[in-house]
Amino acid sequence: MSQEETNNVQVIPEDKEKTKKIWKVAAILAIVTIIEFIFAFTLPRGIILVSIFLGLTVVKAFYIVAEFMHLKHEQKALIWSIMIPTVLILWLVVALMVEGTAIFNIRY
Amino acid sequence: MATTATIDTTKSRWGGGVAPMNASYGKLMMWFFLLSDAFSFSALLITYGLIRYSHPAYEGTVSEFTFSTEYWPIPEMVFEAVPFLHGVHAPLIFVGIMTFILILSSVTMVLAVEAGHRMDRQGVIKWMLWTIIGGLTFLACQAWEWSHFIHGTAEGTVNAMGETIFGANLTENQYGPPLFASLFFFITGFHGFHVFSGVVINFIIFFNAVVGTYEKRGHYEMVEKTGLYWHFVDLVWVFVFTLFYLI
Repeated sequence: MSQEETNNVQVIPEDKEKTKKIWKVAAILAIVTIIEFIFAFTLPRGIILVSIFLGLTVVKAFYIVAEFMHLKHEQKALIWSIMIPTVLILWLVVALMVEGTAIFNIRY
Repeated sequence: MATTATIDTTKSRWGGGVAPMNASYGKLMMWFFLLSDAFSFSALLITYGLIRYSHPAYEGTVSEFTFSTEYWPIPEMVFEAVPFLHGVHAPLIFVGIMTFILILSSVTMVLAVEAGHRMDRQGVIKWMLWTIIGGLTFLACQAWEWSHFIHGTAEGTVNAMGETIFGANLTENQYGPPLFASLFFFITGFHGFHVFSGVVINFIIFFNAVVGTYEKRGHYEMVEKTGLYWHFVDLVWVFVFTLFYLI
């Protein structure tokens, strides 16, 4: 890392607003995880708790994909190219939930 | 004058000459690779859901829970050990720490990408190093957790044939049905291997930043691409955490 190498490169100064936003998203992720933790030990186990957990997971997934992976700020065409195929995953969830119930009913 | 060709930038986005998605080839391909990887992981995780819900659930209260191969275990009773605190019941504490480590290493990765946009080589080096340390710490935690899961508790569990089983492997499992352990090894193993390859790739990028490859190239886009991969690994962990440890 000699002086000559770094001299010709212009380092743009840090934009405090940007880094502040990154830490804000990190705080949101941490807080949602803590909420999940508290719910795991306080609420009765059941379908409602499972739904809450899945909902909070989607919230975290949104922040990671939209802000950390920057997808929210990309072109519309790119956003939809990534989001539309994930509909197939939702279909798989529904299909295998129905299948799982059927297997349970046959076995027990 | 009327025949002069003018380029209308709003209409010719797909007409050639510009990157229509405003992203380079490499970045686009990283996105589509991650999409296909998302399909692999969701297939595994949804299979976990299917197999779990085709087994009987534990009906009683959490405080009276005992391990049995007859029903699916409650995760907070399985994952309750913390290194150096032998015999202390600390449900989900260790995996919580692992989750925070991975989220933090994701944050340092974004900071590295941000430093790259500003051509700040020192910043990229610093934050990439933190990201690598975070990844290695996570892997070490996972190695400990696997080892504990495989060796099991001191008491063990008596199975249907009257034998006492200690720990878990691919054929028997003291915590619940054998499939529970198989899925645990397969899914966290597949994720752990992603973390491992992520650390290796991050190290290559870190090395290139140190020797000045990207400074000569004039941009730090490679940091952005590996960043996408690293965030994806974090994203998958968020789902693994919910499905394996919370539900």
